[in-house]
Amino acid sequence: MAGYIARRLVAAFLVVVLTSMFVFALFFLGPTNPAAAVCNANGRCTQEKQKLIEHEMGLDQSVVTQYGVFVKGLFVDRTVNVGAAYHCDAPCLGISYGSRTEVTKELTQLYPATLSLAIGGASLYLIVGVLLGSLAARWRGTAADRLLVGTSLTLSSVPYYLLALVAWIFLYLQWHVFPESGYTPLTQNPAKWFTGLLLPWLVLGIYGSTNYARFTRGSMVDSLGEDYIRTAVAKGVKSNKVIFKHGLRAAIVPVVTIFGLDFASLLAGTIFTEQIFDIQGIGHWALDGLQAPLDFPVILATVLVSAILVVVANLVVDIVYSFIDPRVRLA
Amino acid sequence: MTDYMTAADRAVPSDTADKPFLVVDDLTVQFPTADGLVQAVTGLSYSVKLGETLGIVGESGSGKSVSSMAVLGLHDAKRTRLSGSIQVGQTEVIGASEQTMRKIRGSEVAMIFQDPLTALHPFYTIGAQISEAYRIHEDVSRAKAKAKAIEMLDRVGIPQARSRVDDYPHQFSGGMRQRAMIAMSLVNDPKLLIADEPTTALDVTVQAQILDLLQELQRDFNSAIIIITHDLGVVAEMADEVLVMYGGRAVEQGPTRELLVHPEMPYTWGLLSSVPDVAADTDVALIPIPGNPPSLLSPPSGCAFHPRCAHRDKVAGDLCRTELPELTAGVRGEAHLKRCHLANPDSIYATEVLPEIAPDLVGLTLDTTIDVRSRDDIAHEGQ
Repeated sequence: MAGYIARRLVAAFLVVVLTSMFVFALFFLGPTNPAAAVCNANGRCTQEKQKLIEHEMGLDQSVVTQYGVFVKGLFVDRTVNVGAAYHCDAPCLGISYGSRTEVTKELTQLYPATLSLAIGGASLYLIVGVLLGSLAARWRGTAADRLLVGTSLTLSSVPYYLLALVAWIFLYLQWHVFPESGYTPLTQNPAKWFTGLLLPWLVLGIYGSTNYARFTRGSMVDSLGEDYIRTAVAKGVKSNKVIFKHGLRAAIVPVVTIFGLDFASLLAGTIFTEQIFDIQGIGHWALDGLQAPLDFPVILATVLVSAILVVVANLVVDIVYSFIDPRVRLA
Repeated sequence: MTDYMTAADRAVPSDTADKPFLVVDDLTVQFPTADGLVQAVTGLSYSVKLGETLGIVGESGSGKSVSSMAVLGLHDAKRTRLSGSIQVGQTEVIGASEQTMRKIRGSEVAMIFQDPLTALHPFYTIGAQISEAYRIHEDVSRAKAKAKAIEMLDRVGIPQARSRVDDYPHQFSGGMRQRAMIAMSLVNDPKLLIADEPTTALDVTVQAQILDLLQELQRDFNSAIIIITHDLGVVAEMADEVLVMYGGRAVEQGPTRELLVHPEMPYTWGLLSSVPDVAADTDVALIPIPGNPPSLLSPPSGCAFHPRCAHRDKVAGDLCRTELPELTAGVRGEAHLKRCHLANPDSIYATEVLPEIAPDLVGLTLDTTIDVRSRDDIAHEGQ
């Protein structure tokens, strides 16, 4: 098990390194020149002036050298020049072209909002989805089952941003069902943290749960048709226990896979949710970074965070698998 | 290998002998489907006494598993139409509440399923599954239930039961899984054990061990056993009574020895003929029953077996095609029932069927002793 995890971590590390190289290369092949933006910001920009800024920012060096500087900055403090010289503490992900502050600091400052949003939303859609899906499988073919599947399909056919926008407009702005919207740090005011995130959690949770309900239902219908379910009934096990112990234990395996990846993508920032509910998280931040002129250090940071989260989520899913299914041996 | 005659001769206490533990009367099981009504079991009656073994024989789809699943109420009530009566002990099963059924399941009546790999939950240890079965019906601690699981595993011959109790089903071999399944079904001392093709998924040597184990346990616990099989060898070894099913109906029923020696129904002849003779010349062709099992959606008119029956022309007036024969006593007494229009099955069997399947026995059919032993051998070779 330890050897397996070590090997997987090495592979995960390589994936992250390759991703960072790819993003770096893509940016340098791309059409925007950050020096031009800096140059224009300082008033009239001449060819010579731009050349000088490019030199100061190190943009005239080769991609490989620049990547080397970036990687070195992850371990030791460095000075970054973006129009002016800025000190950047290790691990340094650069200085944002937009805000001119350290990317690492912004990331750590914004991340709790995204984390709060992701954990609440994901728990909600997992629990609600799996519960409804299991019940639908149990009452398969009945009106309750059809209602659930129908509602779930209807809801998932509505674009997410529309649902979020409508919820925000009516439940928050118009009817004030939810008094707060936006993020307050948990450490600052736990009650406000909760009330502010409640609506986005519910929107994210309910929308996401529709997929999980359908998915769990399908998986449960399969597992409830298995011979070992008949064995459990023949032993005299109560039907709730048959469904939620014997049936769900097997049906949850494929759900775990999807959940791992979904949760990772939530952790990497939910652009729509953060934008609509005005939550300053990294999804919001990445979106700002993508406005012209491109804020390369911010984009690189968000891509790296997503890459790390996805590979870690995959690893966690595989480890969780081996706990759920004893036939899976990690070696 | 145990001779079936010892099973037949086994003494049954007279007080329990009078009252069968399980009485199935006029059981009909139907499944309404989009294509029509599937008539899985029609008008089936049988009974089993404590300490006795009933063998139910038939092809796939003959209704043998469906009827026994009804005993435990394992059919989805919404998708199944049940009528008739099933009495377990003093309790009527058909129409009984879930609560009543749960008390019977695993405690009064236990089931051993065909394929122990799929019938055991892959994610729980063998011990956990046996303990669970025990704790449903007995109010004991986890530790006590586990001790009981170890005791049961030991009882069914699993070596190092104390350590194997924490293994998962996939860590057991096929034969050990079936032993574990048997241990699980016996954990509450059920009075009736239904074994649904318990040896089909196992190799031949293990089959014999499992059958011996079942017989041994039956002697110890004095339970009634229903063994469902398509293997006449298993029936010959295990059963006191045999019920042959075809197309959802009983077509022949009687004491094992009597029925196997003097089969009166062409379908039973077909089953006997299709048992390969290991001692015979390898060039000799197998004798299958021609055709396919009948559709249960639209069963054939008259006798369900008539489209495949080689002897239907011997019945006058197209009766086989037009009229369903009653299940009545045959020529050899009240205990032996058959559902067939043939008036003289014994002589047809002796002159037409026997020469094909066991030429050496022709002319000796009246000498029961020789006949029984040879028939038994033929049946055993099929295992």
